[in-house]
Amino acid sequence: MGEVIVITSGKGGVGKTTTTANIGTGLAMEGKKVAIVDADIGLRNLDVVMGLENRIVYDIVDVVRKECRLKQGLIKDKRFEGLFLLPAAQTKDKTAVSPAQMVELCNELREMFDYVIIDCPAGIEQGFQNAIAGADKAIVVTTPEISAVRDADRVIGLLEAKGLHNPKLIVNRIRPDMVKKGDMMNIDDMKDILAIDLIGVIPDDEAIVISTNKGEPVIIDNKTMSGQAYRNIVKRIMGEEVPLLELDADEGVFSKLRKLFFGK
Amino acid sequence: MDLFKFFSKNESKSKNVAKERLKLVLIHDRANISPHFLEILKGDIIRVISDYMVIDEEGLDIKLTRTRRESDNTPIPALVANIPIIKMKEESFK
Repeated sequence: MGEVIVITSGKGGVGKTTTTANIGTGLAMEGKKVAIVDADIGLRNLDVVMGLENRIVYDIVDVVRKECRLKQGLIKDKRFEGLFLLPAAQTKDKTAVSPAQMVELCNELREMFDYVIIDCPAGIEQGFQNAIAGADKAIVVTTPEISAVRDADRVIGLLEAKGLHNPKLIVNRIRPDMVKKGDMMNIDDMKDILAIDLIGVIPDDEAIVISTNKGEPVIIDNKTMSGQAYRNIVKRIMGEEVPLLELDADEGVFSKLRKLFFGK
Repeated sequence: MDLFKFFSKNESKSKNVAKERLKLVLIHDRANISPHFLEILKGDIIRVISDYMVIDEEGLDIKLTRTRRESDNTPIPALVANIPIIKMKEESFK
């Protein structure tokens, strides 16, 4: 029986979709059978991040309304065996699916896959309630900004209230240079404030923009810092103990480059 | 006063400003999870404690926050109550 994990944040634009794409791809790279589900109905995006936008025929709304079979709705990834995407509907809205239907869908997917990763929409309204309804576990993504951490705190409270205990935290877009100067909250600051366990830290990395441009999750590229950070998260999800990336170690490279180009 | 020195102090690091602002705003957010529930709870607590001691009802502060369980460090919600006691009631010692 598979595990259903919802990726959520409250605030928009902190990297939920990128995180979903990378964790899903990473688990498939480890040989797992994985379904990634776009629950952001009306604002479909996981398909373009995965580079699968041209293959969509049916979507999640068609599946829950039984207008097609679940297997017809699942799009096979072009790179990894065992990786499938269930896209969101683009023309309908959040009310097209109910929490009860999502629970049923998750139960079906759980039978077919080792992992089901759900990309939750921003906000805390019905789209959020739908996305978390069938989940066993939750991962909360935040960035080191007041607004994102505040929303993460709100979401953690709502997850607990719905029985999704001990959500795990991903801190995205950390900039080691700014942290060092005291101009960005560090990991311990955020762990203190949110009081939940950390499952990973992703450095702010241009490679993510580039990989998204191409529709190839960054985790595939083993030369990137962010890809390494995502691979570590994947291992932790699978139960391995992996130490946190030493971001300071890489700062040498970053600052050397900066010096090279900007002379600072 | 040397302004430059003043601003270069640790407290003026912008991340510390962010952290302090965030902590304050979260105390408020968390307590607001259900103001109605907290009010009922507050009323009940005052009623029970008033049998034993005179308390400063104005200074009473009850809020919801999060902490970690000592045994295994699991994060858990916590109800924090600050109840200023004015004096014990004589009859409670009888």
